[in-house]
Amino acid sequence: MKATAWMGTDSVKVIDVPDPKIMNARDAIVKISTTAICGSDLHLYHGYIPAMRKGDILGHEFMGEVVEVGPQVRNLKPGDRVVVPFPIACGHCSSCQRGLYSVCENSNPNAGIAEKIMGHSPAGIFGYSHLLGGYAGGQAEYARVPFADVGPLKVPDDVRDDQAVMLADAFPTGYMGAEMCDITPGQVIAVWGAGPVGLFAAASARLLGAERVIVIDRYPYRLRLAEEHIGAETINYEEADVLDTLNELTAGRGPDACIDAVGLEGHHGNAAMYAYDRVKQAARVETERPFALRQAILACRSGGVVSVVGAYGGFVDKFPMGAFMNRSLIMRTGQCHVQRYTRPLLERIQRGEIDPSFIVSHRMPLRDAPKGYKIFQKKQDDCTKVLLSV
Amino acid sequence: MTRIDTVLLPELDGPVPATLPSTLGLLSLALGVGALVAPGPLARLAGVDDSAAARTVLPAIGVRELGSAAGLLGGRRPAGWAWSRVAGDAMDLTLLGRALADRGGERRRRVALTTLAIAGIAAVDVLSAVRISRARRARARMIRMEVAVTVNRSPAEAYRFWRDMENLPRFMTHLESVRADDLRRSHWIARGPAGHRVEWDAEIIDDQPNTSITWRSLAGTGVPNAGRVRFVPAPGDRGTEVRVELRYVPPAGALGRAVAKLFGEEPEQQVRDDLRRFKQVLETGEVVRSEGSPNGISVRQQAMQRPAQPLPPSRR
Repeated sequence: MKATAWMGTDSVKVIDVPDPKIMNARDAIVKISTTAICGSDLHLYHGYIPAMRKGDILGHEFMGEVVEVGPQVRNLKPGDRVVVPFPIACGHCSSCQRGLYSVCENSNPNAGIAEKIMGHSPAGIFGYSHLLGGYAGGQAEYARVPFADVGPLKVPDDVRDDQAVMLADAFPTGYMGAEMCDITPGQVIAVWGAGPVGLFAAASARLLGAERVIVIDRYPYRLRLAEEHIGAETINYEEADVLDTLNELTAGRGPDACIDAVGLEGHHGNAAMYAYDRVKQAARVETERPFALRQAILACRSGGVVSVVGAYGGFVDKFPMGAFMNRSLIMRTGQCHVQRYTRPLLERIQRGEIDPSFIVSHRMPLRDAPKGYKIFQKKQDDCTKVLLSV
Repeated sequence: MTRIDTVLLPELDGPVPATLPSTLGLLSLALGVGALVAPGPLARLAGVDDSAAARTVLPAIGVRELGSAAGLLGGRRPAGWAWSRVAGDAMDLTLLGRALADRGGERRRRVALTTLAIAGIAAVDVLSAVRISRARRARARMIRMEVAVTVNRSPAEAYRFWRDMENLPRFMTHLESVRADDLRRSHWIARGPAGHRVEWDAEIIDDQPNTSITWRSLAGTGVPNAGRVRFVPAPGDRGTEVRVELRYVPPAGALGRAVAKLFGEEPEQQVRDDLRRFKQVLETGEVVRSEGSPNGISVRQQAMQRPAQPLPPSRR
């Protein structure tokens, strides 16, 4: 089959690999119809996630048709149309049973490596380094889906591929970012990053009853999406001071909750600040550029929530712990426990409360995946989300 | 519950009774006291009562023997003290040899008898010292591991799975097979690199249903080993804390090197991986596999990942 493989920093290729086969009794093989490139794939593309190997198949946002199931999979049958959550979760460990699917205790066969870096291992993730399991990803013609009796959600015919594929990661991740804010009526929520996750976080904050949503980014076309599709207020951090503007918009209180939907490859309006962290990151003295996180902490209302759904992999410097501690802030975070959200969010799509396809900017065949990565990386042609059809 | 080390030690000590050092110690004590309290009669008995030097040397020998006695009976470094007895025997034999050369008649006969007796004691001392040293080296080689994992299953379920010893190779990857011969005895075959196989028989020596299982290898195996697994209810209704203690003594020499390879450079990490697989099998039904780690969790595999691509048909 054809599959998109990581070939080194800033290099992906569509290569020929063997077709996947059932390896565990709870596996299913899915013939992929639509798959997407995630912002976090760019972290892999840029070489910021450790333990990648040349030839690793990328992709953790995909959907398609079940073509084969293992003997222990009784809820699916060949022909079913499914979307597959990006965290691989067994459904039976204590974490899964408490709904914390992205920290499944069994799905990372390379847990030993992850423990050395993170203390304990999170779940395995499709196509997301050997640190997180060494699983082949879904930017391919077929994928093997472990624990198919737990993860995949059947998609009804009235929901299109470009809507359903958002349930694999981007929409639930943004939704969880908003849910962690514990929004109550009248609240103002600020979101750093107007990529797909940030836009879904902003849209979900609205769905969950936020009074006002403020989105911060530097790409005017993305801020426009936030204004037009979500009714958010926006700040372009290259044109305005973010902290001043947020204080002004909230009459000095600060946002009630701040969502970091940027993660480890942030940018900063101040060239010197950007250079400081960029140099340290290049020298591997720190692994992240946590501008959004620092700013979110400083901006947040005292006693408010800082919700982190942007991806981090290692260590950050200059964490404003003083502000965090003295102002009674709360941080909530995690890779999204997608399995918990797929069904309720599918229902919201079916009820017409949201059409998640509004973020899709590019559609191309799988064979053009390298071009898709390049366009997304360079933010060319107003790129927000690239879908690959198979 | 006995300490797991003592489960294994009788076999390590092999044919040496645990009482050997103290028996030698009592012998030293008797000789030492005799030489100090009654040097005259002792000198007569040994046929050296005609020598002024012997009357001064005998109390010194007595002091030396008391030193050995204290060391052997004190129980610390018994091997060293056993060898000190051998050294004392050598000294005594040298002195007796000289005494034999310049004596005749009844005294010469007594000196010869004493020499014979001391030579006999020396032989026993050498044998004992060798055995005690060997046991000490075996104890020093003993590898001790204590590893635990929390499994989201009841103690009874975890116990039941482990108690069927034939299940062990499902999560202990270095085992090729375990065959239960009866309820207590089993035959284990471990798989090493380059076709090396290590086999042994084991028996369950303590079985507390739903609580703990203790086993050890039978006498005569090349790799004496023992283990205990305890199943403790995890606090907060979170299943079972499975706590494993393992002891094994890799033999010296080529077999030892093969066993060392079997367990790799981080034997404890291997056991930790075994327990992770145990958790996977109990919670999910089988060992979880990925394209990068097609054989599931293993330290060795984590270091040598294949690309995250489906396996070629030849490797399935």
